[in-house]
Amino acid sequence: MSDYNELYQQIILEHNKNPRHFKKLDSPDTLTSLGKNPLCGDHYYVAVDVAEDGSVQDIGFQGDGCAISKASASLMSTRVLGKSRAEVLQMRDEFQQMMTGELPAEHHLGKLTILEGVKEFPVRVKCATLCWHTLAAALQGETETTTE
Amino acid sequence: MATAMTEAEKLSKKELAKIRADFPVLSQEIYGKPLAYLDNGATTQKPQCVIDCVNQFLAEDYGTVRRGVYYLSEKSTRLYDDARKKLSVFINAASEKEVVITKGTTESINLVAATYGRMVVGVGDDVIISAIEHHANIVPWQQLCLEKGANLKVIPVDDAGELILEEYEKLLSPKTRIVAVNHVSNALGTVNPVQKMAESAHKVGAVILVDGAQSVPHMPVDVQALGADFYAGSAHKTYSLTGVGFLYGRYDLLDKMPPYQTGGDMIMSVTFEKTTFAKPPNKFEAGTPPIAGVVAFSTALDYLSDIGMDRIEAYELSLLKKATEKLSAIPQVKIIGNAKEKAAIISFVIEGVHPHDIGTVLDREGVAIRAGHHCAQPTMERFGVPATARASFSFYNNEDDIDALVHGVETVIKLFA
Repeated sequence: MSDYNELYQQIILEHNKNPRHFKKLDSPDTLTSLGKNPLCGDHYYVAVDVAEDGSVQDIGFQGDGCAISKASASLMSTRVLGKSRAEVLQMRDEFQQMMTGELPAEHHLGKLTILEGVKEFPVRVKCATLCWHTLAAALQGETETTTE
Repeated sequence: MATAMTEAEKLSKKELAKIRADFPVLSQEIYGKPLAYLDNGATTQKPQCVIDCVNQFLAEDYGTVRRGVYYLSEKSTRLYDDARKKLSVFINAASEKEVVITKGTTESINLVAATYGRMVVGVGDDVIISAIEHHANIVPWQQLCLEKGANLKVIPVDDAGELILEEYEKLLSPKTRIVAVNHVSNALGTVNPVQKMAESAHKVGAVILVDGAQSVPHMPVDVQALGADFYAGSAHKTYSLTGVGFLYGRYDLLDKMPPYQTGGDMIMSVTFEKTTFAKPPNKFEAGTPPIAGVVAFSTALDYLSDIGMDRIEAYELSLLKKATEKLSAIPQVKIIGNAKEKAAIISFVIEGVHPHDIGTVLDREGVAIRAGHHCAQPTMERFGVPATARASFSFYNNEDDIDALVHGVETVIKLFA
Protein backbone atom coordinates (compact mmCIF):
# COMPACT_ATOMS: atom_id res chain seq x y z
CA MET A 1 0.00 0.00 0.00
CA SER A 2 1.42 3.33 -1.01
CA ASP A 3 1.96 5.65 1.89
CA TYR A 4 1.92 9.39 1.86
CA ASN A 5 5.67 9.62 1.33
CA GLU A 6 5.14 8.44 -2.26
CA LEU A 7 2.67 11.26 -2.74
CA TYR A 8 4.57 13.99 -0.96
CA GLN A 9 8.00 13.47 -2.52
CA GLN A 10 10.71 16.00 -1.85
CA ILE A 11 10.42 17.61 -5.28
CA ILE A 12 6.69 18.08 -4.81
CA LEU A 13 7.11 19.51 -1.31
CA GLU A 14 9.79 21.83 -2.62
CA HIS A 15 7.63 23.09 -5.51
CA ASN A 16 4.77 23.60 -3.02
CA LYS A 17 7.01 25.72 -0.84
CA ASN A 18 8.68 27.63 -3.65
CA PRO A 19 6.31 27.52 -6.60
CA ARG A 20 7.82 28.58 -9.97
CA HIS A 21 6.05 31.20 -12.06
CA PHE A 22 3.77 32.04 -9.10
CA LYS A 23 3.05 35.47 -10.51
CA LYS A 24 0.51 37.60 -12.29
CA LEU A 25 0.70 38.27 -16.04
CA ASP A 26 -1.18 41.30 -17.19
CA SER A 27 -0.19 42.36 -20.64
CA PRO A 28 -3.22 43.31 -22.78
CA ASP A 29 -2.96 40.05 -24.73
CA THR A 30 -2.53 37.75 -21.72
CA LEU A 31 -4.95 34.84 -21.77
CA THR A 32 -6.22 34.10 -18.26
CA SER A 33 -8.55 31.45 -16.93
CA LEU A 34 -9.82 30.74 -13.43
CA GLY A 35 -9.92 27.03 -12.55
CA LYS A 36 -12.00 25.88 -9.61
CA ASN A 37 -12.52 22.62 -7.85
CA PRO A 38 -15.96 23.22 -6.33
CA LEU A 39 -15.66 20.17 -4.10
CA CYS A 40 -12.75 21.53 -2.12
CA GLY A 41 -12.68 25.22 -2.97
CA ASP A 42 -9.22 25.12 -4.56
CA HIS A 43 -8.87 27.78 -7.21
CA TYR A 44 -6.07 29.04 -9.43
CA TYR A 45 -5.72 31.66 -12.09
CA VAL A 46 -3.49 30.47 -14.90
CA ALA A 47 -2.29 33.15 -17.30
CA VAL A 48 -0.31 32.70 -20.51
CA ASP A 49 1.29 35.01 -23.00
CA VAL A 50 1.34 33.42 -26.42
CA ALA A 51 4.06 34.36 -28.92
CA GLU A 52 3.32 35.14 -32.55
CA ASP A 53 4.23 31.60 -33.56
CA GLY A 54 1.60 30.32 -31.12
CA SER A 55 4.03 29.03 -28.50
CA VAL A 56 3.82 29.72 -24.75
CA GLN A 57 6.05 32.71 -24.19
CA ASP A 58 5.35 33.19 -20.50
CA ILE A 59 3.13 31.62 -17.89
CA GLY A 60 2.03 32.64 -14.44
CA PHE A 61 -0.33 31.19 -11.89
CA GLN A 62 -1.84 32.44 -8.66
CA GLY A 63 -4.38 31.18 -6.20
CA ASP A 64 -5.03 28.90 -3.29
CA GLY A 65 -4.95 25.18 -2.95
CA CYS A 66 -3.28 22.14 -1.54
CA ALA A 67 0.34 21.06 -1.97
CA ILE A 68 -0.54 18.72 -4.83
CA SER A 69 -2.42 21.32 -6.85
CA LYS A 70 0.23 23.96 -6.26
CA ALA A 71 3.21 21.70 -7.00
CA SER A 72 1.46 20.37 -10.09
CA ALA A 73 0.89 23.90 -11.39
CA SER A 74 4.48 24.85 -10.62
CA LEU A 75 5.89 21.77 -12.38
CA MET A 76 3.55 22.36 -15.31
CA SER A 77 4.73 25.95 -15.64
CA THR A 78 8.33 24.81 -16.05
CA ARG A 79 7.37 22.25 -18.69
CA VAL A 80 5.16 24.21 -21.07
CA LEU A 81 7.34 27.25 -21.72
CA GLY A 82 8.13 27.48 -25.42
CA LYS A 83 5.68 24.71 -26.32
CA SER A 84 3.03 25.16 -28.99
CA ARG A 85 -0.66 25.15 -28.18
CA ALA A 86 -1.03 21.67 -29.72
CA GLU A 87 1.90 20.36 -27.68
CA VAL A 88 0.43 21.75 -24.47
CA LEU A 89 -2.96 20.19 -25.17
CA GLN A 90 -1.29 16.88 -25.91
CA MET A 91 0.60 17.05 -22.62
CA ARG A 92 -2.66 17.82 -20.87
CA ASP A 93 -4.10 14.61 -22.32
CA GLU A 94 -1.02 12.63 -21.38
CA PHE A 95 -1.14 14.00 -17.84
CA GLN A 96 -4.77 12.96 -17.56
CA GLN A 97 -3.85 9.50 -18.88
CA MET A 98 -1.08 9.24 -16.29
CA MET A 99 -3.63 9.96 -13.56
CA THR A 100 -5.84 7.12 -14.77
CA GLY A 101 -2.91 4.72 -15.09
CA GLU A 102 -2.80 4.70 -18.89
CA LEU A 103 0.26 6.77 -19.65
CA PRO A 104 1.67 5.66 -23.02
CA ALA A 105 5.33 4.57 -23.15
CA GLU A 106 6.08 7.53 -25.43
CA HIS A 107 5.08 10.79 -23.81
CA HIS A 108 6.23 14.36 -23.32
CA LEU A 109 5.81 14.80 -19.60
CA GLY A 110 9.47 14.48 -18.64
CA LYS A 111 10.02 14.93 -14.90
CA LEU A 112 6.31 15.58 -14.40
CA THR A 113 6.00 11.81 -13.96
CA ILE A 114 7.06 12.56 -10.38
CA LEU A 115 3.33 13.19 -9.90
CA GLU A 116 2.39 9.68 -11.04
CA GLY A 117 2.00 8.63 -7.38
CA VAL A 118 -1.11 10.82 -7.13
CA LYS A 119 -3.09 8.16 -9.01
CA GLU A 120 -2.84 5.96 -5.89
CA PHE A 121 -4.85 8.66 -4.10
CA PRO A 122 -7.98 8.85 -6.25
CA VAL A 123 -9.61 11.71 -4.33
CA ARG A 124 -6.53 13.82 -5.00
CA VAL A 125 -6.33 13.29 -8.77
CA LYS A 126 -8.42 16.39 -9.46
CA CYS A 127 -5.97 18.44 -7.38
CA ALA A 128 -3.18 17.48 -9.77
CA THR A 129 -5.17 17.97 -12.98
CA LEU A 130 -6.81 21.29 -12.06
CA CYS A 131 -3.95 23.43 -13.42
CA TRP A 132 -3.85 21.53 -16.71
CA HIS A 133 -7.55 22.02 -17.33
CA THR A 134 -7.17 25.68 -16.44
CA LEU A 135 -4.21 26.17 -18.77
CA ALA A 136 -6.07 24.44 -21.61
CA ALA A 137 -9.08 26.67 -20.94
CA ALA A 138 -6.89 29.78 -21.04
CA LEU A 139 -5.33 28.73 -24.34
CA GLN A 140 -8.79 28.14 -25.75
CA GLY A 141 -9.99 31.56 -24.64
CA GLU A 142 -12.29 30.32 -21.85
CA THR A 143 -12.13 32.52 -18.77
CA GLU A 144 -13.35 29.90 -16.34
CA THR A 145 -13.34 26.13 -15.86
CA THR A 146 -14.10 23.60 -13.15
CA THR A 147 -13.03 20.04 -12.41
CA GLU A 148 -16.68 18.95 -12.26
CA MET B 1 -24.88 23.37 28.87
CA ALA B 2 -23.90 20.07 30.44
CA THR B 3 -24.72 19.85 34.12
CA ALA B 4 -22.00 18.78 36.54
CA MET B 5 -21.93 15.03 36.86
CA THR B 6 -20.59 12.86 39.66
CA GLU B 7 -17.99 10.19 38.88
CA ALA B 8 -20.61 7.51 39.45
CA GLU B 9 -22.90 9.06 36.84
CA LYS B 10 -20.22 9.34 34.17
CA LEU B 11 -19.63 6.66 31.57
CA SER B 12 -17.31 4.09 33.16
CA LYS B 13 -14.28 2.54 31.46
CA LYS B 14 -16.20 -0.73 31.27
CA GLU B 15 -19.17 0.92 29.59
CA LEU B 16 -16.90 2.73 27.14
CA ALA B 17 -15.20 -0.53 26.20
CA LYS B 18 -18.60 -2.09 25.59
CA ILE B 19 -19.71 0.89 23.51
CA ARG B 20 -16.66 0.56 21.26
CA ALA B 21 -17.36 -3.13 20.85
CA ASP B 22 -20.92 -2.25 19.81
CA PHE B 23 -19.58 -0.55 16.64
CA PRO B 24 -18.02 -3.22 14.42
CA VAL B 25 -16.44 -0.73 12.02
CA LEU B 26 -14.17 0.62 14.76
CA SER B 27 -12.23 -2.60 15.23
CA GLN B 28 -10.64 -2.52 11.79
CA GLU B 29 -7.28 -1.26 10.70
CA ILE B 30 -6.89 1.30 7.91
CA TYR B 31 -3.57 1.12 6.02
CA GLY B 32 -2.29 -1.04 8.86
CA LYS B 33 -3.20 1.50 11.55
CA PRO B 34 -6.08 1.30 14.02
CA LEU B 35 -9.00 3.36 12.75
CA ALA B 36 -9.57 6.65 14.57
CA TYR B 37 -12.91 7.77 13.14
CA LEU B 38 -13.22 11.50 13.77
CA ASP B 39 -15.67 12.61 11.08
CA ASN B 40 -18.80 12.21 13.16
CA GLY B 41 -20.03 15.64 12.18
CA ALA B 42 -20.38 14.36 8.62
CA THR B 43 -21.87 11.01 9.48
CA THR B 44 -21.75 8.53 12.34
CA GLN B 45 -20.96 4.82 12.36
CA LYS B 46 -23.62 2.27 13.16
CA PRO B 47 -23.94 0.08 16.26
CA GLN B 48 -24.53 -3.64 15.81
CA CYS B 49 -28.10 -3.29 17.13
CA VAL B 50 -28.96 -0.94 14.24
CA ILE B 51 -27.33 -3.26 11.70
CA ASP B 52 -29.20 -6.23 13.19
CA CYS B 53 -32.45 -4.29 13.24
CA VAL B 54 -32.24 -3.60 9.49
CA ASN B 55 -31.44 -7.24 8.81
CA GLN B 56 -34.22 -8.56 10.95
CA PHE B 57 -36.78 -6.05 9.73
CA LEU B 58 -36.06 -6.82 6.07
CA ALA B 59 -35.86 -10.57 6.69
CA GLU B 60 -39.00 -10.92 8.79
CA ASP B 61 -41.22 -7.86 9.16
CA TYR B 62 -41.09 -5.82 5.98
CA GLY B 63 -44.24 -4.59 4.28
CA THR B 64 -45.68 -1.30 3.13
CA VAL B 65 -47.09 1.10 5.68
CA ARG B 66 -50.54 2.61 6.16
CA ARG B 67 -52.10 0.64 3.32
CA GLY B 68 -52.06 -3.12 3.62
CA VAL B 69 -54.64 -5.07 5.55
CA TYR B 70 -52.31 -8.00 5.99
CA TYR B 71 -49.97 -9.05 8.78
CA LEU B 72 -46.65 -7.69 7.40
CA SER B 73 -48.10 -4.32 6.51
CA GLU B 74 -49.74 -3.98 9.89
CA LYS B 75 -46.51 -4.91 11.63
CA SER B 76 -44.44 -2.48 9.54
CA THR B 77 -46.98 0.25 10.16
CA ARG B 78 -46.82 -0.37 13.90
CA LEU B 79 -43.01 -0.27 13.90
CA TYR B 80 -43.04 2.90 11.78
CA ASP B 81 -45.55 4.62 14.05
CA ASP B 82 -43.63 3.48 17.14
CA ALA B 83 -40.51 5.10 15.69
CA ARG B 84 -42.28 8.42 15.29
CA LYS B 85 -43.59 8.15 18.85
CA LYS B 86 -40.08 7.35 20.13
CA LEU B 87 -38.59 10.25 18.23
CA SER B 88 -41.20 12.63 19.66
CA VAL B 89 -40.25 11.49 23.18
CA PHE B 90 -36.53 11.75 22.36
CA ILE B 91 -36.85 15.45 21.50
CA ASN B 92 -39.74 16.03 23.93
CA ALA B 93 -42.33 17.11 21.38
CA ALA B 94 -45.79 17.56 22.88
CA SER B 95 -47.21 15.00 20.47
CA GLU B 96 -45.97 12.58 17.80
CA LYS B 97 -48.28 14.45 15.42
CA GLU B 98 -45.63 17.19 15.47
CA VAL B 99 -42.94 14.92 14.02
CA VAL B 100 -42.68 14.65 10.22
CA ILE B 101 -40.39 12.04 8.69
CA THR B 102 -38.24 13.51 5.92
CA LYS B 103 -35.23 12.33 3.99
CA GLY B 104 -32.82 14.42 6.02
CA THR B 105 -32.12 17.73 7.71
CA THR B 106 -31.75 19.43 4.34
CA GLU B 107 -35.20 18.34 3.21
CA SER B 108 -36.68 19.36 6.56
CA ILE B 109 -35.41 22.91 6.14
CA ASN B 110 -36.47 23.03 2.49
CA LEU B 111 -39.92 21.83 3.52
CA VAL B 112 -40.37 24.75 5.92
CA ALA B 113 -38.97 27.29 3.47
CA ALA B 114 -41.23 26.04 0.67
CA THR B 115 -44.44 25.83 2.72
CA TYR B 116 -44.45 28.02 5.82
CA GLY B 117 -41.90 30.35 4.23
CA ARG B 118 -43.90 30.90 1.06
CA MET B 119 -47.01 31.36 3.16
CA VAL B 120 -45.74 34.08 5.50
CA VAL B 121 -42.81 35.82 3.77
CA GLY B 122 -43.70 38.72 1.49
CA VAL B 123 -42.07 41.67 -0.23
CA GLY B 124 -39.85 43.66 2.13
CA ASP B 125 -40.05 41.09 4.95
CA ASP B 126 -36.95 39.77 6.70
CA VAL B 127 -35.58 36.29 7.22
CA ILE B 128 -32.69 36.10 9.68
CA ILE B 129 -29.96 33.47 9.63
CA SER B 130 -26.51 33.44 11.23
CA ALA B 131 -23.00 33.85 9.85
CA ILE B 132 -22.10 30.28 10.84
CA GLU B 133 -24.76 28.25 9.07
CA HIS B 134 -24.40 25.16 6.93
CA HIS B 135 -25.33 25.76 3.28
CA ALA B 136 -28.51 23.76 3.98
CA ASN B 137 -29.66 26.51 6.32
CA ILE B 138 -28.60 29.35 4.01
CA VAL B 139 -29.58 28.49 0.45
CA PRO B 140 -33.28 27.60 1.00
CA TRP B 141 -33.81 30.97 2.76
CA GLN B 142 -31.79 32.87 0.20
CA GLN B 143 -33.87 31.37 -2.61
CA LEU B 144 -37.09 32.09 -0.73
CA CYS B 145 -36.06 35.72 -0.24
CA LEU B 146 -35.15 36.03 -3.93
CA GLU B 147 -38.52 34.62 -4.90
CA LYS B 148 -40.48 36.85 -2.55
CA GLY B 149 -38.48 40.08 -2.72
CA ALA B 150 -37.63 39.66 0.96
CA ASN B 151 -34.35 40.43 2.76
CA LEU B 152 -31.94 37.84 4.09
CA LYS B 153 -30.24 39.25 7.19
CA VAL B 154 -27.23 37.66 8.81
CA ILE B 155 -26.36 37.64 12.51
CA PRO B 156 -22.63 38.37 12.72
CA VAL B 157 -20.18 36.24 14.67
CA ASP B 158 -17.23 37.32 16.82
CA ASP B 159 -13.67 36.04 16.52
CA ALA B 160 -14.31 33.24 19.02
CA GLY B 161 -17.14 31.94 16.86
CA GLU B 162 -20.00 33.16 19.06
CA LEU B 163 -23.02 34.90 17.59
CA ILE B 164 -23.18 38.58 18.55
CA LEU B 165 -26.55 38.64 20.27
CA GLU B 166 -26.79 42.42 20.54
CA GLU B 167 -26.61 42.54 16.74
CA TYR B 168 -29.25 39.83 16.51
CA GLU B 169 -31.58 41.89 18.70
CA LYS B 170 -31.02 44.86 16.40
CA LEU B 171 -31.89 42.83 13.30
CA LEU B 172 -35.20 41.68 14.78
CA SER B 173 -38.22 43.80 13.90
CA PRO B 174 -41.90 43.40 13.15
CA LYS B 175 -40.79 42.64 9.58
CA THR B 176 -38.97 39.50 10.76
CA ARG B 177 -40.92 36.43 9.71
CA ILE B 178 -38.46 33.60 10.30
CA VAL B 179 -35.22 33.13 12.23
CA ALA B 180 -33.23 30.07 11.13
CA VAL B 181 -30.17 29.12 13.12
CA ASN B 182 -28.25 25.99 13.96
CA HIS B 183 -28.18 24.60 17.47
CA VAL B 184 -24.54 23.59 16.97
CA SER B 185 -22.32 24.92 14.20
CA ASN B 186 -20.99 22.06 12.10
CA ALA B 187 -17.90 24.03 11.10
CA LEU B 188 -16.91 25.50 14.48
CA GLY B 189 -18.72 23.51 17.15
CA THR B 190 -20.32 26.62 18.69
CA VAL B 191 -23.46 25.86 20.69
CA ASN B 192 -25.85 28.70 20.01
CA PRO B 193 -28.17 30.08 22.72
CA VAL B 194 -31.29 29.06 20.81
CA GLN B 195 -33.61 29.26 23.79
CA LYS B 196 -32.79 32.91 24.30
CA MET B 197 -32.88 33.54 20.55
CA ALA B 198 -36.31 31.92 20.33
CA GLU B 199 -37.65 34.20 23.06
CA SER B 200 -36.44 37.27 21.19
CA ALA B 201 -37.85 36.01 17.88
CA HIS B 202 -41.23 35.38 19.46
CA LYS B 203 -41.32 38.88 20.92
CA VAL B 204 -41.44 40.35 17.40
CA GLY B 205 -43.90 37.71 16.22
CA ALA B 206 -41.40 35.65 14.23
CA VAL B 207 -40.94 31.89 14.36
CA ILE B 208 -37.60 30.14 14.82
CA LEU B 209 -36.34 27.09 12.96
CA VAL B 210 -33.44 25.30 14.59
CA ASP B 211 -31.09 23.13 12.52
CA GLY B 212 -30.37 20.31 14.95
CA ALA B 213 -28.19 18.14 12.69
CA GLN B 214 -25.19 18.49 15.03
CA SER B 215 -27.05 18.60 18.34
CA VAL B 216 -29.54 15.73 18.35
CA PRO B 217 -26.79 13.04 18.29
CA HIS B 218 -24.67 14.67 20.97
CA MET B 219 -26.79 16.32 23.68
CA PRO B 220 -30.24 16.15 25.25
CA VAL B 221 -32.69 18.14 23.11
CA ASP B 222 -36.01 19.42 24.42
CA VAL B 223 -37.80 21.28 21.66
CA GLN B 224 -40.44 22.64 24.02
CA ALA B 225 -37.95 23.97 26.57
CA LEU B 226 -35.97 25.56 23.72
CA GLY B 227 -39.10 27.22 22.40
CA ALA B 228 -38.35 25.98 18.87
CA ASP B 229 -41.19 26.34 16.40
CA PHE B 230 -39.40 24.04 13.96
CA TYR B 231 -36.50 21.72 14.68
CA ALA B 232 -34.75 19.65 12.01
CA GLY B 233 -32.52 16.60 12.44
CA SER B 234 -30.83 13.71 10.72
CA ALA B 235 -30.87 9.94 11.28
CA HIS B 236 -27.52 9.16 9.66
CA LYS B 237 -25.75 11.63 11.92
CA THR B 238 -27.56 9.90 14.79
CA TYR B 239 -26.10 6.39 14.36
CA SER B 240 -28.70 5.26 11.86
CA LEU B 241 -29.17 5.21 8.10
CA THR B 242 -28.94 7.83 5.37
CA GLY B 243 -32.14 8.87 3.64
CA VAL B 244 -34.01 9.61 6.88
CA GLY B 245 -34.42 12.78 8.87
CA PHE B 246 -37.16 14.55 10.73
CA LEU B 247 -38.88 17.86 11.10
CA TYR B 248 -40.47 18.83 14.37
CA GLY B 249 -43.07 21.54 13.93
CA ARG B 250 -45.55 23.07 16.32
CA TYR B 251 -48.87 21.47 15.48
CA ASP B 252 -50.75 24.71 14.93
CA LEU B 253 -48.12 25.75 12.37
CA LEU B 254 -48.02 22.38 10.61
CA ASP B 255 -51.80 22.39 10.48
CA LYS B 256 -52.05 25.66 8.58
CA MET B 257 -49.11 25.01 6.24
CA PRO B 258 -49.79 23.84 2.69
CA PRO B 259 -48.39 20.43 1.67
CA TYR B 260 -44.77 20.17 0.52
CA GLN B 261 -45.09 17.36 -1.98
CA THR B 262 -48.35 15.84 -3.10
CA GLY B 263 -49.32 12.32 -4.06
CA GLY B 264 -50.16 9.13 -2.26
CA ASP B 265 -50.38 8.80 1.51
CA MET B 266 -50.81 12.52 2.17
CA ILE B 267 -54.45 12.78 1.14
CA MET B 268 -57.83 12.43 2.77
CA SER B 269 -59.72 11.99 -0.50
CA VAL B 270 -59.03 12.58 -4.17
CA THR B 271 -61.37 13.27 -7.07
CA PHE B 272 -60.38 14.76 -10.41
CA GLU B 273 -61.92 18.01 -9.25
CA LYS B 274 -60.55 18.30 -5.75
CA THR B 275 -58.19 16.78 -3.19
CA THR B 276 -58.43 17.14 0.54
CA PHE B 277 -55.25 16.61 2.43
CA ALA B 278 -54.50 14.47 5.44
CA LYS B 279 -53.74 16.11 8.79
CA PRO B 280 -50.15 16.53 9.96
CA PRO B 281 -47.81 14.76 10.00
CA ASN B 282 -49.12 12.61 7.12
CA LYS B 283 -49.88 15.72 5.08
CA PHE B 284 -46.11 16.13 4.69
CA GLU B 285 -45.24 12.52 3.94
CA ALA B 286 -46.17 11.91 0.32
CA GLY B 287 -45.23 8.53 -1.09
CA THR B 288 -43.90 5.41 0.58
CA PRO B 289 -41.47 6.51 3.28
CA PRO B 290 -38.01 5.01 3.95
CA ILE B 291 -39.55 2.40 6.25
CA ALA B 292 -36.48 0.33 7.13
CA GLY B 293 -34.47 3.46 7.82
CA VAL B 294 -37.14 4.83 10.13
CA VAL B 295 -37.36 1.56 12.04
CA ALA B 296 -33.56 1.51 12.32
CA PHE B 297 -33.64 5.09 13.60
CA SER B 298 -35.97 3.97 16.35
CA THR B 299 -33.44 1.31 17.40
CA ALA B 300 -30.63 3.87 17.37
CA LEU B 301 -32.68 6.19 19.61
CA ASP B 302 -33.26 3.31 22.06
CA TYR B 303 -29.54 2.64 22.07
CA LEU B 304 -28.74 6.28 22.84
CA SER B 305 -31.49 6.57 25.46
CA ASP B 306 -30.21 3.47 27.25
CA ILE B 307 -26.81 5.14 27.63
CA GLY B 308 -28.31 8.56 28.35
CA MET B 309 -27.81 11.69 26.28
CA ASP B 310 -26.63 13.66 29.31
CA ARG B 311 -23.85 11.12 29.92
CA ILE B 312 -22.98 11.06 26.21
CA GLU B 313 -22.69 14.83 26.22
CA ALA B 314 -20.54 14.91 29.35
CA TYR B 315 -18.15 12.29 27.97
CA GLU B 316 -17.85 13.94 24.55
CA LEU B 317 -17.10 17.26 26.23
CA SER B 318 -14.31 15.58 28.20
CA LEU B 319 -12.86 14.39 24.88
CA LEU B 320 -13.19 17.92 23.50
CA LYS B 321 -11.30 19.34 26.47
CA LYS B 322 -8.43 16.85 26.17
CA ALA B 323 -8.13 17.16 22.41
CA THR B 324 -8.26 20.95 22.57
CA GLU B 325 -5.51 21.02 25.20
CA LYS B 326 -3.25 18.71 23.20
CA LEU B 327 -3.76 20.45 19.86
CA SER B 328 -3.40 23.91 21.39
CA ALA B 329 -0.02 22.89 22.75
CA ILE B 330 1.31 22.57 19.19
CA PRO B 331 2.47 26.06 18.13
CA GLN B 332 1.75 25.59 14.38
CA VAL B 333 -1.87 24.61 15.05
CA LYS B 334 -4.58 27.24 15.17
CA ILE B 335 -8.05 26.23 16.32
CA ILE B 336 -10.83 28.08 14.50
CA GLY B 337 -13.79 28.53 16.83
CA ASN B 338 -13.21 28.93 20.56
CA ALA B 339 -16.70 29.62 21.82
CA LYS B 340 -17.30 29.14 25.54
CA GLU B 341 -20.14 26.74 24.74
CA LYS B 342 -18.90 24.17 22.26
CA ALA B 343 -19.83 20.69 21.18
CA ALA B 344 -17.06 18.16 20.48
CA ILE B 345 -16.00 19.59 17.13
CA ILE B 346 -12.53 21.04 16.53
CA SER B 347 -11.82 22.95 13.34
CA PHE B 348 -8.16 23.75 12.89
CA VAL B 349 -5.52 24.89 10.45
CA ILE B 350 -1.79 24.27 10.38
CA GLU B 351 0.41 27.14 9.31
CA GLY B 352 1.56 26.66 5.72
CA VAL B 353 -0.27 23.38 5.15
CA HIS B 354 -3.50 23.08 3.21
CA PRO B 355 -6.24 21.12 5.05
CA HIS B 356 -6.49 18.56 2.23
CA ASP B 357 -2.86 17.67 2.72
CA ILE B 358 -3.53 17.31 6.45
CA GLY B 359 -6.46 15.03 5.62
CA THR B 360 -4.47 12.81 3.27
CA VAL B 361 -1.57 12.32 5.69
CA LEU B 362 -3.93 11.66 8.61
CA ASP B 363 -5.86 9.17 6.48
CA ARG B 364 -2.72 7.11 5.93
CA GLU B 365 -2.21 7.20 9.69
CA GLY B 366 -5.67 5.69 10.15
CA VAL B 367 -7.25 8.97 11.26
CA ALA B 368 -10.44 9.95 9.41
CA ILE B 369 -11.17 13.68 9.60
CA ARG B 370 -12.94 16.12 7.33
CA ALA B 371 -10.91 18.61 5.32
CA GLY B 372 -12.64 21.32 3.36
CA HIS B 373 -15.17 24.08 3.74
CA HIS B 374 -17.72 21.87 5.55
CA CYS B 375 -20.55 23.20 3.37
CA ALA B 376 -20.08 26.47 5.24
CA GLN B 377 -18.19 28.69 2.80
CA PRO B 378 -19.41 31.96 4.40
CA THR B 379 -18.07 30.72 7.76
CA MET B 380 -14.68 30.00 6.19
CA GLU B 381 -14.66 33.42 4.60
CA ARG B 382 -15.49 35.10 7.93
CA PHE B 383 -12.47 33.46 9.53
CA GLY B 384 -10.21 34.16 6.56
CA VAL B 385 -9.43 30.55 5.65
CA PRO B 386 -10.33 28.69 2.43
CA ALA B 387 -10.89 25.51 4.39
CA THR B 388 -10.11 23.83 7.69
CA ALA B 389 -9.37 20.37 9.00
CA ARG B 390 -12.10 19.23 11.33
CA ALA B 391 -12.10 16.52 13.96
CA SER B 392 -15.58 15.78 15.28
CA PHE B 393 -16.08 13.34 18.11
CA SER B 394 -18.58 10.75 19.22
CA PHE B 395 -18.98 8.90 22.51
CA TYR B 396 -17.31 5.87 20.88
CA ASN B 397 -14.05 7.80 20.51
CA ASN B 398 -11.39 7.56 23.18
CA GLU B 399 -8.03 8.99 24.17
CA ASP B 400 -6.23 6.69 21.74
CA ASP B 401 -8.11 8.45 18.94
CA ILE B 402 -7.00 11.82 20.29
CA ASP B 403 -3.40 10.60 20.50
CA ALA B 404 -3.58 9.28 16.92
CA LEU B 405 -4.89 12.68 15.79
CA VAL B 406 -2.15 14.55 17.61
CA HIS B 407 0.54 12.18 16.32
CA GLY B 408 -0.83 12.63 12.80
CA VAL B 409 -0.76 16.41 13.11
CA GLU B 410 2.85 16.26 14.31
CA THR B 411 3.70 14.04 11.33
CA VAL B 412 2.12 16.59 8.96
CA ILE B 413 4.13 19.42 10.50
CA LYS B 414 7.39 17.48 10.16
CA LEU B 415 6.63 16.51 6.56
CA PHE B 416 5.81 20.03 5.42
CA ALA B 417 8.41 21.81 7.56
